[in-house]
Amino acid sequence: MSVESAGPSRAARQDAFFQALCFSAAMVLMATLAGLLVALVIGGWPALAHFGPRFFISAAWDPVAEDYGAAGPIVGTLVTAGLAMVMALPLAVGIAVFLVEFCPSVLAKYVSMAVELLAGIPSIVYGMWGLFVLAPWFALHVQLPLFYVVDPDSFWGHLFEGIPNGANIFTAAMILAIMVLPYIATVLRELLLSVPTHVREAAYGMGCTPYEVVSRIMLPYIRRSAIGAVMLGLGRALGETMAVTFIIGNSHEFPRSLFASGSTIASTIANEFAEASSDLHVSALLALGLVLFVITFAALVGARLLIGREKA
Amino acid sequence: MKFAPRMFDRHTRRKLVNYGFVGLTMAATAVAVIALLLILWSLVANGLDGIGLHIFTMDQPPPEMPGGLRNAILGSLEMCAIGMVIAVVIGILAGTWLAEYGEGKRIAEVVRFLNDVLLSAPSILIGLFVYEILVRPLHGFSAGAGAVALAFVATPVVTRTTEDILRLQSNQLREAGMAIGAGKSYVIRAIIWRASRPGLVTGALLGFARISGETAPLLFTSLGNPNLSFALTQPMGALPTTIYQFALSAFDDWRALAWVGALLIAITVLAANIIGRALARGSHHS
Repeated sequence: MSVESAGPSRAARQDAFFQALCFSAAMVLMATLAGLLVALVIGGWPALAHFGPRFFISAAWDPVAEDYGAAGPIVGTLVTAGLAMVMALPLAVGIAVFLVEFCPSVLAKYVSMAVELLAGIPSIVYGMWGLFVLAPWFALHVQLPLFYVVDPDSFWGHLFEGIPNGANIFTAAMILAIMVLPYIATVLRELLLSVPTHVREAAYGMGCTPYEVVSRIMLPYIRRSAIGAVMLGLGRALGETMAVTFIIGNSHEFPRSLFASGSTIASTIANEFAEASSDLHVSALLALGLVLFVITFAALVGARLLIGREKA
Repeated sequence: MKFAPRMFDRHTRRKLVNYGFVGLTMAATAVAVIALLLILWSLVANGLDGIGLHIFTMDQPPPEMPGGLRNAILGSLEMCAIGMVIAVVIGILAGTWLAEYGEGKRIAEVVRFLNDVLLSAPSILIGLFVYEILVRPLHGFSAGAGAVALAFVATPVVTRTTEDILRLQSNQLREAGMAIGAGKSYVIRAIIWRASRPGLVTGALLGFARISGETAPLLFTSLGNPNLSFALTQPMGALPTTIYQFALSAFDDWRALAWVGALLIAITVLAANIIGRALARGSHHS
């Protein structure tokens, strides 16, 4: 009769083991993020130590002379992502409002599925489409006409300067805008749905038009979380790699106009890493990765804090 | 003239502004739907002609020679499969911990938060990370490193879905299990996991949809290989990396193959997304 006399029972040991197993799996996730940061710091350190602060402000990127400055890709990243948000935000608000307020419910199911599918298309497919369809169209129907119409010495002339081949910062931002659109629209839709019915009904009861209800009641109601949704999109746009690599033109010049070729941090890494010739080149690219990590991490953390978990 | 004459009275103006607004929201939605249709149309128009049996039976060719995508398709399948096995094991266990054991714990909040960040972190950084921990120390690009990189990308997806699905199970189910004297871990494995099976499959499908089109994490881990190879210690071709290489090449037939590859990937990813979401909806209703 002394089967279970010593120590905890078999079931209790099993429970403890299973809980420990699940806990270690959760810790793997934390270790991944920590490891990512440590690997980038260690790998990028030689370049950061070698160039110092000049790494962030110099626009020289010359693998032959072993001189690396990240200002070009950093500015390219911020400009393309920023432009993408400017294009995507009004569209995303429009889609979310249409789905919540105006779309007949028969149609809403299919429209939201189409928007979700837009998020599912792989980045490389966006890249091919951008390179072979969007860029030639843009060059022919936007860049060339502007080239003939706008005085090259005017402000707009400088802004639109560039070889009319469609591979430039502006088209890259257009592709990014389409790619982040579904993420922002989906979160905004969830947020709009979370506005209490009685608040909306009260506004309608006062005789407000749907436009007034949306613009004066519902959008202000979700403002804080909506900024989070934008930052979520921004985080994605900052780190997007393949689509941008296809279409941005991959030039290391500091971007001087909207229609100039440029590069982003992610596109530079994608282009050069596998063929990087020297240790310092590899290290400079890893240091770029560290910069990207810090920027996107800040944007994503900001997004999560503003949106909260339930609506993301 | 103190007041400019108004063209419409206040009521009409408000109505017109409202119509304009509704029109703008419709236009925004149309932009998204049209973009989707344009992209799908380009894929079909450029990729459909190239599809044939040879795509699946021949390896990628040198320029201007006949060939297919067999090495890339099989390489993608192998790396995605291994990546998914790792991601499903870690993701389901981690999601289970968050849903069943993490209640009220500070560290669970941190894990959940970091998982959400990892979910949207740039995948090219995962590629750099795996390069630093596997490729550089082992002195060579390898399919194994590619699979690990894909696993890192898919794990947060599986974790997130698992936690969400397990939370949907009612507490009565857990109490019923406890009441017949089963231990907590047994209840989770035999009752909660079983009841959540469609949801867990959904998580795996969404993870698969996410990684099957991923290019960036493979660029400096598995690198690519023009020949058929199943060895985990050697570089291995994958559909996305082959598309990347072929699309940017100067050869028309390589570009045609890139379109075929893009069409195949898009079909796979969209199918996995649609099936996954359909399953998820089904399990929410039950």
